[in-house]
Amino acid sequence: MSASFAAAPPRCLRCWATALAIVIAAAASFAWLAIDYGALFTGESLSLMGRFIAEFFPPDLSAAFLQKTAWGALQTLAVSALGTLLAAAGGALLALPASGRSGAWVQGATRFVLNFLRSVPELVWAALMVLAAGIGPFAGALALALHTTGVLGRLFAESLENAPRAPERALAQSGSGAVAAFAYGSLPLVLPQWVAYTLYRWEMNIRMATVLGFVGGGGLGQLLYFHLSIFQQPQAMTVLAAMFGLVALVDMASARLRRDLGPAHA
Amino acid sequence: MSFSLDAVGLVHPNGHRALQGVSLAAAGGERLAVIGPSGAGKTTLLRVLGAALRPGEGSVRLLDQAPWQLSAPALRGLRSCIGTVHQSPPIAPRLRVVTAVLAGRLGQWSALRALGSLLRPSDLPGAHEALSRLALEDRLFERCDRLSGGQLQRVGIARVLYQRPALLLADEPVSALDPTLADLTLQQLVRQSEATGATLVASLHAVDLALRWFPRIVGMRGGQVVFDRPVGQVDEAMLKALYA
Amino acid sequence: MTDPTALRDPAARRRLVGGLAALAIAWPMLQLAGFQPAALFGAGNLQVIGGFLAGFVPPATAPDFLALLAKATLETLAMATAGTALAFLIGAPLAFVTTRALSRSRIGPGPGRVRAAALRQCARSLLMVLRAIPEIVWALIFVRALGLGPAAGVLALAITYGGMLGKVYAEVLESTDTAPARALLESGSGRLAALCYGLLPNCAQELTSYTAYRWECAVRASVVMGFVGAGGLGQLMDQSMKMLNGGEASSILLVFLGLVLLADALSNALRRLLR
Repeated sequence: MSASFAAAPPRCLRCWATALAIVIAAAASFAWLAIDYGALFTGESLSLMGRFIAEFFPPDLSAAFLQKTAWGALQTLAVSALGTLLAAAGGALLALPASGRSGAWVQGATRFVLNFLRSVPELVWAALMVLAAGIGPFAGALALALHTTGVLGRLFAESLENAPRAPERALAQSGSGAVAAFAYGSLPLVLPQWVAYTLYRWEMNIRMATVLGFVGGGGLGQLLYFHLSIFQQPQAMTVLAAMFGLVALVDMASARLRRDLGPAHA
Repeated sequence: MSFSLDAVGLVHPNGHRALQGVSLAAAGGERLAVIGPSGAGKTTLLRVLGAALRPGEGSVRLLDQAPWQLSAPALRGLRSCIGTVHQSPPIAPRLRVVTAVLAGRLGQWSALRALGSLLRPSDLPGAHEALSRLALEDRLFERCDRLSGGQLQRVGIARVLYQRPALLLADEPVSALDPTLADLTLQQLVRQSEATGATLVASLHAVDLALRWFPRIVGMRGGQVVFDRPVGQVDEAMLKALYA
Repeated sequence: MTDPTALRDPAARRRLVGGLAALAIAWPMLQLAGFQPAALFGAGNLQVIGGFLAGFVPPATAPDFLALLAKATLETLAMATAGTALAFLIGAPLAFVTTRALSRSRIGPGPGRVRAAALRQCARSLLMVLRAIPEIVWALIFVRALGLGPAAGVLALAITYGGMLGKVYAEVLESTDTAPARALLESGSGRLAALCYGLLPNCAQELTSYTAYRWECAVRASVVMGFVGAGGLGQLMDQSMKMLNGGEASSILLVFLGLVLLADALSNALRRLLR
């Protein structure tokens, strides 16, 4: 009577076989990791965990430390802003060859570079940048810049490919140089989209910037890592709350901005 | 010689033959109108004259140079002396009118000046003057996407007037304009040619406009030049045969 | 006719003010973010990173290192799979509670709807709290509590991804055609039966597709969490980098990129299988 019975048995068999394979893979994973869950949930270890968690409360709300945390939050914001700004510039520069304006070979090479930049996670970049620029917020900003250049470069290139070429070609035909023809012909067409992509990535980068500090990228992350390493749980709790608050604030602000600017933003 | 085409032929990549054995020449300061039915090859002819298309057969000389033998910078220099009014204005919609007009001299400006002009228009009086000749000076700071089709077409013409080229090519420059504006525009194009000594070649659908404003008429049909006469020698029978 | 010398660009003032404001913000921002490009070219740093990058070619292929690499790769894969499995065990029941598609009290509406709505809201808030903290923060805390190793990573994934799976499952269940499930509930069937017979046949593919995508993300997250001590490829790479061993780092990076490709292929294959 119902269409679900019309599914042929061989297909159903495939589904069941796949489901079984997944369950086996999951079980094998647990077995392989050999995590002693028994020991994890004994009364003793649970009470140890409980005491560990209790040490986080109450959070350190002294004026001096709150000021330090606020400074860390501002630094995180600055890191995300600088990283995203650098990435927008880098992405714009790489988007031109990646959109095929200089030939297929250059396009392939540029796309490969952009993919590589994108594939390496921001935290790995941050660990590398700490080697190149020393521990601190600049390493975090560079890491965000590198990873986000890959992301924005590809988005920018796609929007360039979709934009009509007629304005730029007409300017080239009347003797304009390549840079000027692009700036007057194609850039006005894609700029609103590029700005929208960049703002969206900035929002995501604020979240990322908070954790890059774990490997030395400054800001709230570095503060949290530091205080956890010397077992100062109350201070760590304050920083955690600040991280949560920052992300919540950014969420609200972007939702509000999106509602206000919305489709009317030409 | 402002330009000379010698037995020029062109076949588009899709196999369509657009031009066949076209020979045409003009001295500096001459004004010609190109007329003919749709698909006659008028646009292709203008693109060849604008060094935008390279013909497969024959030879082309523009402003006493062979464009396709030039180096890239020299070709760029040549192109900055040729202005084309396109059939549908190729202007980015979000650009302001002043910037769209100033773009006419990009071929003569350095990259730095060009980029700077995007932020702060570098020749407001010049743009204003070009637009006022076409009765559009009150739209100087509007965005192009707020203009009507006819106004946008005039902005495209203002850009070419601002460019002050030695060879002015116009592909259906008045197709979106009412008769009064069409007359005004053609008058301005002719005045520009008289004032600067530029050669003017315009393709027109409206034969009466062609006969009224141009001393030399070139009729095209099927990719070939059917006649090339002073306007006084063009009669009804020739026009009928052309558009039959 | 306007006097041309009196022309003024109406946008000029706005742009000038905007430009000055941008500069006013840019300066403190650059200071806070520690912008010093010179540091990249300082002799000390340049030597460090230069030597490290120079060691990238050739990648390390010593057999005992490769054995370590293989073990770490398996550990990462196991961490991602176990973490996603636990996340499923947390998220699925929560989605079952949260989704309005299986609400018996909304039919009518019937008795107990206030309590049911409150319960749903609680579950939804719980899912949001689970999702709120990035998994790497959980990993950092769990490493402090449980010591180095994949256990911290598995738990971190379970919590965060449990929240994500729960939210998306609930939304998927609500967005498919809920009429069959409703019909079953109206004729008195249990909620679990209504789920299995009414909703799952239609949206099993979408649910599996999202879960596969989450698993792919888990593989990447497992590597990242390794940097704070949760084992696997990440911890190995962290160690190699701390010892400035470029060859090992490049081997691990290559394996990581290959792993990401593999995970992407596996998840695509799974999605195609169920089409």
